[in-house]
Parts: sequence; C-alpha cells; structure tokens
Amino acid sequence: MSRRSEVLLWGAQRISAMVLALCVVVHLITMIYAVRSGLSGAEILGRTQGNVGWFAFYALFVAAVSVHAPIGLRTILAETFNWRGRSANVFSAIVGLSLAMWGLRAVMAVFGGGQA
Amino acid sequence: MENLQVRIWRGKENGGFQEFEVPRQESQTVLDVVTYVQRKCDPTLSYRFACRVGVCGSCAMTVNGVSRWTCRTHVDKVAEDNKVEIAPLRNLPVIKDLVTDMSEFFDKWAKARGRFAGATTRKDGFAPVSPESKERKRVDAGIECIGCGVCYSACDVVTWNKDYLGPAALNRAWTLVNDVRDTERAERLAAVAGDAGCHACHTHLNCTERCPKGLSPTAGIAGLKRAVLAATLAGEI
Repeated sequence: MSRRSEVLLWGAQRISAMVLALCVVVHLITMIYAVRSGLSGAEILGRTQGNVGWFAFYALFVAAVSVHAPIGLRTILAETFNWRGRSANVFSAIVGLSLAMWGLRAVMAVFGGGQA
Repeated sequence: MENLQVRIWRGKENGGFQEFEVPRQESQTVLDVVTYVQRKCDPTLSYRFACRVGVCGSCAMTVNGVSRWTCRTHVDKVAEDNKVEIAPLRNLPVIKDLVTDMSEFFDKWAKARGRFAGATTRKDGFAPVSPESKERKRVDAGIECIGCGVCYSACDVVTWNKDYLGPAALNRAWTLVNDVRDTERAERLAAVAGDAGCHACHTHLNCTERCPKGLSPTAGIAGLKRAVLAATLAGEI
C-alpha cells in the first residue's frame, strides 16, 4: 500500500474515532435514560421506528465503526501476528464490510420497522 | 556498606547473565559498576562509554529492565534489594556483552532524512530566526537529543515493527520540518509517512518517559502525523 494511502487510512481512523467518541456518549446516555423506569422492547421499538433522526444517528454510528475497526484490526494483525500485505488488507476490508452490513441491517430493523 | 550483587549480560543474543560482587561507593553510578567489573573482575567484558557526563550518548544500557544512560544513573536509585541487573539495549542486535550494533538506529535517521538541507552557502549571512517564533520553539523542544538509543530501546512499536523509524529519528525529522531554513520539507514528510513512519506510533509515551534529556519524541511524532496528513490532503506529497 502506498504511503499516501497509509496516511489517508490514519486520517480516516482519527476522524472515525472522533465520531465514535460522540456516538458512544450519546448512545450510553440514551440507553440509561430510556430504561431508567423499565421500558419494554415493544415500547422502545414504538419510539424508534420511523424516527429519521435516530436512524441517521445510528447509521452514522455504524459507518464510523465500519471505518474505524478494520483499520485498527489491520494494524493489530501486522504488529501482533506479523500478517501484512494484500491478504491482510483484504481480510480487514471484509471485516469492515461485514460490520457495515450487519450494523445497517440492525439499524433498519430497529428504526425502519423491517425484519431483523 | 554491603557489596552490590550485579548480574551482567555476557555473550550475544543467546548469552546469559554472569554474577559479580562490586563494592558500594557513595554516589556510585551504574557505569562505575560496569567499569569496576571490567577492570577488577573480568577484563573481557565489553561495554561502550566515552564522556561519562551525559553528553555523548554512548553508555546506554538496560538496568533492572529499564533503558537508561548509565553514566548519570546512580546505583542508589535503581538497586532493588542491593541487586542490579545490567543488559544491553533492547531492539538492537547484540555484538558482545553490553555492546549493541547501533547501525540500524542511525541508518533510520538517514531514512527519515535527518540531514539538514539548506539553500545558502557559507558566504551568505545568517538566517534571522526569532527565538520567539513557533517553529523555533518546536525545534528547541527536541534539539537536545544525544542519540543514546534509550527511546529506541524502550519503544514497543520498534519491537513489533522492525521497519519503524523509531522515536529518535522521527524527533530529528520534526526538528528539521520546523527549521525554516530547510529546503526538503516535502521530501522529509514523505519519508516519515506511513506504516514504518510516524503513523505507526501508538503514543505509548515510553520514549518520553525514558528520554534522559527530558525530551518528548511523542509530541514531535504527533506533530509529524498532523503535518504529513495536511501535506497529503494538500497534494504536496
């Protein structure tokens, strides 16, 4: 991978980390607030389905995870297992795409009202 | 005062520790201990030193598991139960006993373009650089490196990634990136970019913790990361 690509990956991981920091805080506060008096799953779904704002928030959350995690995983593979090069890049990309696919599937189910 | 129990590494990578007893002295340094062993116990012991006063950066070793300059490290501060274990620096090939081959350490300074490149000759006047300028202050913060290799030995990323340039070479590059007289900024930023360069740093701060001169290579590396990203986005490298 070219040095330019390495630098851009680093930049993408930093920016996604900033997004994740915000998303995690909002997510935790929301979860604590939502269940403070014991909401049921049905009640939570009743509030989330069709809510465009929360859909956009969690779609962003999933996107940030899907960018951040595979870049970090690629570094861990290189430094811990000495697995570098094209195969490690492809593996990390598959992990990232899988996270995006499963994450967005969950977001669709909770906010879009589809089948989980 | 009770004799000091000293374990000193002998041989190459596959060597082992040899034990010695060394009389304690007031204000005794670890380098004093090694010198005593070589002069009084075993003249075949190999080690490296020159100035003995913290200027030359020759005498760095691993003392009780920590990379240190031995000429300015007092035994009082590092002995545990009156015992000291002295080994060569980590992350460098061992030539013999306490002497490491520092070729890769200095070769990486060259890879990081650690040599100043100017546009003037000795016939030109001095370049006016204000001591108060942002760039000059950044240079000041990193310029006192003595090249002892303690940061390189303490760095986990060097252990994990043998191509990683290491804290000292990157610190040197950062001082030159901030040298307003230098003419190879873009080339230097390109040289320190990527997986073997500044972006491999995990900010563990081992180098900053261990630097005997109190420098912070971590801060310089963070500056390089930002400068390289900015230059990449601007299409300069």
